[in-house]
Amino acid sequence: MTTATTGQPATVGRPPTTMDNAAPRQRLADRDSALAWIFLMPSVVYIVALVAVPFVLAIGFALSDVTAGDPSFDWVGTRNFRRAFDDPVFWRSLGNTFVFTAVSMVLIVVLGKVLANILMAKVRGKWVIRFLVLLPWTTPVSLSAIAWLWMLDSIFSPIDWLLREMGLLGSPGALFGPNSNMYWLGEPDLAMASVIAVHVWRLTPLAAVIMMAGLVAIPRDLDEAARVDGAGYWRRMFEITVPLVLPLAAVAALFGAIFTFTDMAVVDVLTNGGPNNATQTLTSWAFFRGIDGGDIGQGAAVALFLFPLLLAAAVAILRAVRRMEVR
Amino acid sequence: MAVVEVKNLTKTYGSRPDRGGRGRAAGSVRAIDGIDLATEEGEYLVLLGPSGCGKTTLLRTVAGLETPTSGDVLIDGHVVTGLPPRARQVAMVFQSYALYPHKSVYGNIVFPLRASRMSRPDRDRRAHWAAGLLEIEHLMARKPRQLSGGERQRVALARALVREPHVFLLDEPLSNLDAKLRATARDELKRFQAEIGTTTIYVTHDQVEAMGLGDRIAVLSHGRVRQVGPPVEVYDHPADTFVATFIGSPPMNLVPRDGVLVGFRPEHLLPAAASEPDALPVRLAVDRVEYLSGDRHVYGTALGVGEQTRVVARLPATVTSPVTAGDEQEFAVSRDRLRFFAASSGARMDRVPL
Repeated sequence: MTTATTGQPATVGRPPTTMDNAAPRQRLADRDSALAWIFLMPSVVYIVALVAVPFVLAIGFALSDVTAGDPSFDWVGTRNFRRAFDDPVFWRSLGNTFVFTAVSMVLIVVLGKVLANILMAKVRGKWVIRFLVLLPWTTPVSLSAIAWLWMLDSIFSPIDWLLREMGLLGSPGALFGPNSNMYWLGEPDLAMASVIAVHVWRLTPLAAVIMMAGLVAIPRDLDEAARVDGAGYWRRMFEITVPLVLPLAAVAALFGAIFTFTDMAVVDVLTNGGPNNATQTLTSWAFFRGIDGGDIGQGAAVALFLFPLLLAAAVAILRAVRRMEVR
Repeated sequence: MAVVEVKNLTKTYGSRPDRGGRGRAAGSVRAIDGIDLATEEGEYLVLLGPSGCGKTTLLRTVAGLETPTSGDVLIDGHVVTGLPPRARQVAMVFQSYALYPHKSVYGNIVFPLRASRMSRPDRDRRAHWAAGLLEIEHLMARKPRQLSGGERQRVALARALVREPHVFLLDEPLSNLDAKLRATARDELKRFQAEIGTTTIYVTHDQVEAMGLGDRIAVLSHGRVRQVGPPVEVYDHPADTFVATFIGSPPMNLVPRDGVLVGFRPEHLLPAAASEPDALPVRLAVDRVEYLSGDRHVYGTALGVGEQTRVVARLPATVTSPVTAGDEQEFAVSRDRLRFFAASSGARMDRVPL
């Protein structure tokens, strides 16, 4: 009996393999192809319902004139796309998305690596450090973004207060200027930097944990061999450790890129795309046009733009990982 | 070339804060328990012992990968105890070889040279010299995973020798090779060391490797050195019962008699007909006979020497007297082959008349 499906009592006084003279029969649990389908079904249903259907709907909406006020479906061809391309805010959002993603990704990977090293360090109270480091990732994004909203407040920002106390702000000739406040979310460049900073703060722990898995997987022998071979800390770091965690760093980068590309919570809570669309990204722009503005066709067209970009990024990174592994 | 010396070295695990909080309650473990040992110039010293005896810890302490709890490591007369590995001019071959998987064979071999900031043409010349010595020049462009076990071992050796270190430290470098390759690799290691003449410390748990390679063997157990000496001496005059039974296959027979252990090697327990006339007679109740590559191993119980004890006799192919399982037969041990140990401590003692 190879299955655990029934609780048949074993026949006493007879070897259990004789199976009461019944012809040997394949049970459901023996048939891998059937089992595979049964186990895969929930996730297939999930993906079809929550990914495939909305995706097809989005394509449909993008080619229609559906709005919140008039849900009737009328074919309009590429009009939504042409209107998006004619809109300077769309191009601005696209550019912002790239800046936002690229800068965040680089920072997330670099800081993630540093943080992973900190997590690996053998010190007392390691669990406290790990707990604190992982906190930003475990906090709901809207909550932490609201906390940051206060941190970056135009008047009551504690960061500004700290800078003022240190004499770096608010006095003539100070490093950050004579104004009493930085207006983090009010100045276009600062607003972008703030959004990126909050986003990086949020995603770095995830990258750190991914890269920690990579660091742990490096045999200790290699580091020791490099030490005996006379390599110092930085040489070991850049010639041994970094190349060996590169595949996982790429995975972390992919996660970072996808989360950044598709994220609008931070932007929405902190700046609402402002000031003057300086932090508008494709996702937030699609949301404003499609949901807030009610022009669902237009919103879907903008949102669809994410698809080829994300696909290209994912393919590029996964291919890079593959090449590194085959090496 | 240099002399490596360790003085009163101890290494305790578990009680130091840098080892983390866990396991402290379980108490500390003494991996090295007061070892004094010195190599000679250009010597091939083998550290031999069962797993967990501290031999690898000792090697790693010499390399600088472990900090001793107390005691000193001296290389060439300089105390290097607190120095990092790179300041010690040692090269190590790890059991796993620890080749850098993302670097080519060439990249692996030049790595120590780049770390010492040697110029590119010099690096290139030295790398090819080392590769030539180990006959791996045709593999230079390959990655470690494209190499066989034996080739990897050569690359690891090349990487170790390329910057002409003062000391070679080898941590069971043959244990990942199959039996046939191991024999040839052992031979090559020996010839190779004889050629370059660098002081070498070699860790192994395999007594055949130890006997074959070592100028001297240091037998370790429980973090202590039990005996240091040339292979012949360690084999013929073991310092205690641990060495006597750890070295030799089958191990030395030990027969208890009046608070003394009478020891003799299996190859010295021969049928009375093949022995000298004044040899110590041993009656052997034979249980079993094994034929192993020409030799006969005879398992049985020794009667009449002391307490009844199971012993093994190894009869060379030249001894043809018939031995049958189930019989009691007359065997004998040449008296100058007998060794004596105190039953209480296991230490070697003067011969007692039998």
